[in-house]
Amino acid sequence: MARVVVDVMLKPEILDPQGQAVANALPRLGVTDVSSVRIGRRIEIDFAGEPDLDRAREIADKLLANPVIEDFEIRVEAAAAEVA
Amino acid sequence: MRIGVVTFPGSLDDGDAARAARLAGAEAVRLWHGDPDLHGVDAVVLPGGFSYGDYLRCGAIARFAPVMESIIDAARGGLPVLGICNGFQVLCEAHLLPGALTRNQHLHFRNRDQWLKVEATNTAWTNGFTAGQEILIPVKNGEGCFVADTHTLDALEAEGRVIARYINGNPNGSQRDIAGITNEAGNVVGIMPHPEHAVEALTGPSLDGLGFFTSVLRALAGSSAGGQLAGGQQ
Repeated sequence: MARVVVDVMLKPEILDPQGQAVANALPRLGVTDVSSVRIGRRIEIDFAGEPDLDRAREIADKLLANPVIEDFEIRVEAAAAEVA
Repeated sequence: MRIGVVTFPGSLDDGDAARAARLAGAEAVRLWHGDPDLHGVDAVVLPGGFSYGDYLRCGAIARFAPVMESIIDAARGGLPVLGICNGFQVLCEAHLLPGALTRNQHLHFRNRDQWLKVEATNTAWTNGFTAGQEILIPVKNGEGCFVADTHTLDALEAEGRVIARYINGNPNGSQRDIAGITNEAGNVVGIMPHPEHAVEALTGPSLDGLGFFTSVLRALAGSSAGGQLAGGQQ
């Protein structure tokens, strides 16, 4: 299988209230050494043939991420695509 | 005048928006998300709701609906388009308006009657108000926090493109208390609160919302008489 993974994260300057809520809950687990939590989204795209990074980048830029507020990174998933 | 109201899968307020258009004196024309034909409407409302389940991001998938391709082209050509709540999110995702709507800062869904101060009155949808007029219309959103970079916010304010701000409390953390904005030409307006829910004494907190719908009729009457549609008049 030819899998491309897209990680979408809010840009650093965009407030992430969900991440803050999680960070604020950590002390209740006894965790006190975390200074920040930010939440993003991982998307797995399976191509029928060869993994097409350019195509994946286009999909990410047009649909998966909103460039106004989000950054994304894409990579071929090594194990699935037999890439070292 | 014919005002089109789009129904996406998951739209909730299309019925109310059509009703508001009728109460303002227009013929409401229902437009279907899968049909690229705009059926000759003179203006379009993108209603509130949760188009495509708000999957991925609010408005992200609706932007690619067949009807939106026609609306985006027509909006660039001057067609008046009003996006309310989810419709505002769709307009931002379609890049017809700058910025984005994100999760309410306090994470709560906020549903209440909200005071706004109208600012820009030179748009197709706000020309019936007076600058500084305070209006009361319902707000109901979970992802209504307007964000944009500082440069964009400064430009919106410098160019008089903030159409309304929240007063007496910001319900979602929107930057600079922005409740609604317009594009450079003044034909495309996005607003987070719901004017279509404030058009009748029986069900709304005021009749203030009707002004958006009567404004566009006035703009259309003016433009069909050979005048300029918004933007130019300041």
